Amino acid sequence: MAAVLEAKNLVKRYPGASVNAVDGLSLAVREGICFGLLGPNGAGKTTTIEIMEGISAANSGEVLYRGAPIGREFRERSGIQFQQTALQDHLSVREVLELFAKLYPRSTSIADLVKLCDLGEFLERDAKKLSGGQRQRVLLAVALVNDPDVVFLDEPTTGLDPQARRNFWELVCLIRDRGKTILLTTHYMEEAHELCDEVAIVDRGRVIAQGEPDRLLKEHFNGVTIELPKEDFRAPEAPLPGKVVERDGVVEVMTAEVDAALGAMIAAGSTLARLKVRPRSLEDLFLELTGRGLRE
Amino acid sequence: MISPRRFWAVFVARSKEFLRDRGALSWNLLFPLFAVFGMAFIFSGDHQEVFKIGVVGDVAALPPGFAATKYLKFVPFAAETDGQERLRHHQIDLLVAPGKPLRYWLNETSPKGYLVEKVMLGTDAGKPAPQRGVVTGRPIRYVDWLIAGLLAMNMMFSALFGVGYSIVRYRKNGVLKRLKATPLSALEFLAAQVASRLCLILGVFAIVFHGADFFLHFQRLGSLWSLYLIFTLGATCLISLGLLVAARATSEELAGGLLNLLSWPMMFLSGVWFSLEGAPRPIRLFADAFPLTHVIDAARAVMTEGATLSQVSDHLYFLVGMTVSFLAVGAWTFRWE
Repeated sequence: MAAVLEAKNLVKRYPGASVNAVDGLSLAVREGICFGLLGPNGAGKTTTIEIMEGISAANSGEVLYRGAPIGREFRERSGIQFQQTALQDHLSVREVLELFAKLYPRSTSIADLVKLCDLGEFLERDAKKLSGGQRQRVLLAVALVNDPDVVFLDEPTTGLDPQARRNFWELVCLIRDRGKTILLTTHYMEEAHELCDEVAIVDRGRVIAQGEPDRLLKEHFNGVTIELPKEDFRAPEAPLPGKVVERDGVVEVMTAEVDAALGAMIAAGSTLARLKVRPRSLEDLFLELTGRGLRE
Repeated sequence: MISPRRFWAVFVARSKEFLRDRGALSWNLLFPLFAVFGMAFIFSGDHQEVFKIGVVGDVAALPPGFAATKYLKFVPFAAETDGQERLRHHQIDLLVAPGKPLRYWLNETSPKGYLVEKVMLGTDAGKPAPQRGVVTGRPIRYVDWLIAGLLAMNMMFSALFGVGYSIVRYRKNGVLKRLKATPLSALEFLAAQVASRLCLILGVFAIVFHGADFFLHFQRLGSLWSLYLIFTLGATCLISLGLLVAARATSEELAGGLLNLLSWPMMFLSGVWFSLEGAPRPIRLFADAFPLTHVIDAARAVMTEGATLSQVSDHLYFLVGMTVSFLAVGAWTFRWE
């Protein structure tokens, strides 16, 4: 499938900064998929997505929409949910939607948006008096008000409770099912795995891996992660098969030789009562590629 | 080009925000009403302790006994008509033209005029008998003089803080960034802000002015439409100044400081509370640089002197020039983030 949106060799350096926030980043987003930009805080995700939205200018490089450089008209074809946005004071949710609908030459019906984003319960409420989850749904509705082809969602579930986050994921899936192309940034690996058809892992302003999540994991790993609380772990004299790291008081052994690793741990005196074995995740992949955790 | 649809959408949204912000709306309406009625009450008595006598020409030409009388203050006028105009509105108590015979005018509705005539005729100015003339006209009270300044001051605060401060807040909390992501242009956004605030300011002006006038019966010698035009130009100019301050500021503290830096000197030096006629020339020149000075001078001339638009055209041209400059620089330097 053809790329609907492409970033080519984007470079962005903020005035006074010693390093580039985005450093020669390139990626292509196919039409109708949910594409995730993953990376830790400060990796350059938001700067990248804002350049691709046309909100920020890159120092060099270009962004193409259907093969042509983006211009002002791209605003009519894209919908944006920023990481931090306030809504106008003293306006109801309905009035906010009506305001934004009138700013575009083409808009979708408010009734349709209300149904899609489940806003009916608080449609007449002052936009300031919404919960975090309700607010994010309203902001998503605002992003969809012009019936865009491409929807940008910048860390849309940050700060939401698990239930609100799951509800939001369902909403994103509904939008993707309607044929919209979604470009999403997140530092929640579970979210990326759940929602994204394709991901680009970003670190220090560069894409360090890109592809379908399962395929990426398959390419880099063929084993599992064994987790054991640090106090239960005893290190054997001989090195364990695989990679051993310690994160947040937990020792993680990433290995394809599970039986051998467990045998060596038991022989060294480790207690296995609280042992967990889980498949490799995108977070493990980031660690594998950079030597650092996503939350470091 | 401005899209009327987008302009109207932002205009309506901004106006609703203001009208629903009860605190701001109450402040905009109640403050000038309190100020007008408070000043009317405080200055309802007449605390002048001397009689003011206008002199056409040279004060030294007055009969010496009359000129030496205590508690009389002599104010020279170059033209007889100027003095008569002041006498008509009780701004002086008597007008005298030295010569042979001496001529004088009084306003027969003025009690002080009646008394000071008796005083004058008891001095050497009474012999030989001078020629007596009469003018008529209602007195201009302090509140009549003050109302233009109070309304203009309220307009200034509403224009500067209502636009400047709110735009900076919008920039800080990301509302402007969200609007930037739409096809809305900076010009459409700014024009809607100006228009919305202008309508609200004129609405408040109409309510306060006509409401207070109903009870206090202001002396208004000039055209009401001239007054509205002056306030419309003044409000536009001050809103544009607010936009200029808010064009780039990202901190409410900085914007608040700049707006206070502008509004406080205007409040004290633009003639809201007292006339700067006797102030040192550098102070008057400094005050002339403020838009508020020109709004107040023009409005006061219309109200208390019956001036026409052509007579206050210098003030109006100044306001238009400043508005264009503020808007041009504000729009050029404006940034959404």
